[in-house]
Amino acid sequence: MSLLNSPADLAQDRRARVASVLQRYGVLVALALLLLFGALRYPGFLSAYNVFTVLGYNSMFGLIALGMTFVIITGGIDLSVGSVAAFASVVGALLSPHGLWPALLGAVAAATLLGLINGLLIAYARILPFITTLAMLLAARGLALLFAGNQSVSVDYDHGFTALGQGNLGGVPYTAILLGVAYIVGALVLRSTPFGRHVLAVGGNEEAARLMGLNVERVKVLVYTLSGAMAGLAGVILASQFGAGQPTEGLGWELTAIAAVVVGGTLLTGGLGSVGSTLVGVLLLGIIFNILNFENGRGTISLSAYWQSVIRGAFLLLVVVLQNQLTQRGGRRT
Amino acid sequence: MPDSNPNTVTVPQAAVPSRPRVSWLRGNAQILAALGALVLLFLFNALFTPHFLSVQTLNVNLTQVATIVIVAVGMTLVIASGGIDLSVGALMAISGALAPMLFLHPPFGSPALGILLAFTVPVLVAGVFGLFNGTLVTRFGIQPFIATLILFIAGRGIAQVMTNGQLQTFSNTTFQYIGLGRPFGIPFQVILMLVIVALFAWIMARTVFGRYVLAVGGNERAAGLAGVPVRRVKLLVYGISGLLAGIAGLIVIAINSSSDANQVGLNMELDAIAAVAVGGTALTGGRATIIGTLLGALIIQLIRFTLLAKGVPDAAALVVKAAIILLAVYVQRQQH
Repeated sequence: MSLLNSPADLAQDRRARVASVLQRYGVLVALALLLLFGALRYPGFLSAYNVFTVLGYNSMFGLIALGMTFVIITGGIDLSVGSVAAFASVVGALLSPHGLWPALLGAVAAATLLGLINGLLIAYARILPFITTLAMLLAARGLALLFAGNQSVSVDYDHGFTALGQGNLGGVPYTAILLGVAYIVGALVLRSTPFGRHVLAVGGNEEAARLMGLNVERVKVLVYTLSGAMAGLAGVILASQFGAGQPTEGLGWELTAIAAVVVGGTLLTGGLGSVGSTLVGVLLLGIIFNILNFENGRGTISLSAYWQSVIRGAFLLLVVVLQNQLTQRGGRRT
Repeated sequence: MPDSNPNTVTVPQAAVPSRPRVSWLRGNAQILAALGALVLLFLFNALFTPHFLSVQTLNVNLTQVATIVIVAVGMTLVIASGGIDLSVGALMAISGALAPMLFLHPPFGSPALGILLAFTVPVLVAGVFGLFNGTLVTRFGIQPFIATLILFIAGRGIAQVMTNGQLQTFSNTTFQYIGLGRPFGIPFQVILMLVIVALFAWIMARTVFGRYVLAVGGNERAAGLAGVPVRRVKLLVYGISGLLAGIAGLIVIAINSSSDANQVGLNMELDAIAAVAVGGTALTGGRATIIGTLLGALIIQLIRFTLLAKGVPDAAALVVKAAIILLAVYVQRQQH
């Protein structure tokens, strides 16, 4: 911010503001355009069934990306979420004979514990988040394989565990409800609670946050714990949806989640970001898949599933290049 | 670590990371620590693992570690410049997918030409993808993590699209020499690994480019002000990382006698980063040790071998590997 409001400064301020608005809402506009395109082109695209399919299918990424948003806002990263989810899916499947709640709570608790370990190592042993969570990526995969005896673990179908992933409430899948509730709570926590403000403050300027008397270490421990819990929830959904605990699943999920966060407009440098924009990022990546499926279904193109990751990558490329161009043009000297 | 030979240091002083005059022992504490750990592991195995001291065991370990080392050398350069390369595994898959297409269906029906192209084109293509990463980082100012995340996601897909996800199997002794050849009884890829390690250890220690990489990673702005061509240096390290990943891709498929785009290079970025971290290269940039990376990869490999030889399941070995990485990085942190 400049103290002298010369016309040039004001113009520059305005440009910066326009750029940030474009960056923020550009993704939303892209999502709206994709939805419009789909709605006009495919009958049934906006049907409740399809909407819920998309939400249900993306609920796992969505939950992980929600936890990742908090981590990234503090300036960190969590690479362990995919394996932590796999570990939780195994724990959930092993506990499934005891019913949905014990399995759900047990699996999420186990994953939360791993997240807590991440947080403690990062905050108190001061090992880089990248390395800590990379190590946890390996360790959680190892634990998942050990618990599962190197194979997928069938869940017990008789005690209600599959309800979470496969059931619905008046046609709305539980997974979609869970996703919606998680994002509303997440948005409220980030925007309207002291904890949320502390998360933003730590990411904005750690030293300043410390000088203001914030317990930076505790904030860091909490965000990684939260990320572990979200990965745990995703793992339970995975086991419940597929009817098995999958120790080898979740490869590359962390990077997909990070991609969703970045597409939404949260910067990896921390200090800025919102839960809502992450949801937009998750939906954007999800709807690209959905449209591809519709196109394949119409027979106009026949793209194998392999194209999906190419298109996803190309889309990420497009978004980050555009974002960078916008921020550089608008905020070069601010 | 290089000593300061006035004939080779042509970087302006401001750009060279300050190198306080300490004894050789202290300056190389991390390499010595890694070497010590390696020796201890070796002694432990020599005493307690039956048949450890055999040429075969040595070859098995060196063969398994060769591809990780080759990729990790490129990763060391990228990390020393202050970046990261998540795309190496995907680039290995692309290179591995491309090579069989060239020698199984040689152009003009010439097998010799097919082999020649199979050794060069995939590596160059991987190098070009590396330059693409570098371009995103330098021209568009995208963070290395995100820039290389794009090919991490799309790269394996490209390999899968090229092969339609099909396994390509082959038997071609000329091509497979890179993975199965044994001049003087030494696996060819081990020789290749040693040549690459020696070459890049020399480049980092004795050439202007090596100094430039460290200067860029140490303080990019200062390096730029001091006249270091920052963009070109960064572009090159990603290009080199891509080229080396391309070579590693060829070795993997040659060993397997098949190319599976879904599997080649899977998790390689993690193994390479772990080797670099355990080897003592600072992940924040500005310092690098190629020999350390070699030692780091060997330590991780020997730990895994030891655990397997002791009957510890592979899954538990992952947990131990994680603990070792954390311990190594924690100990390094204490030293600064």
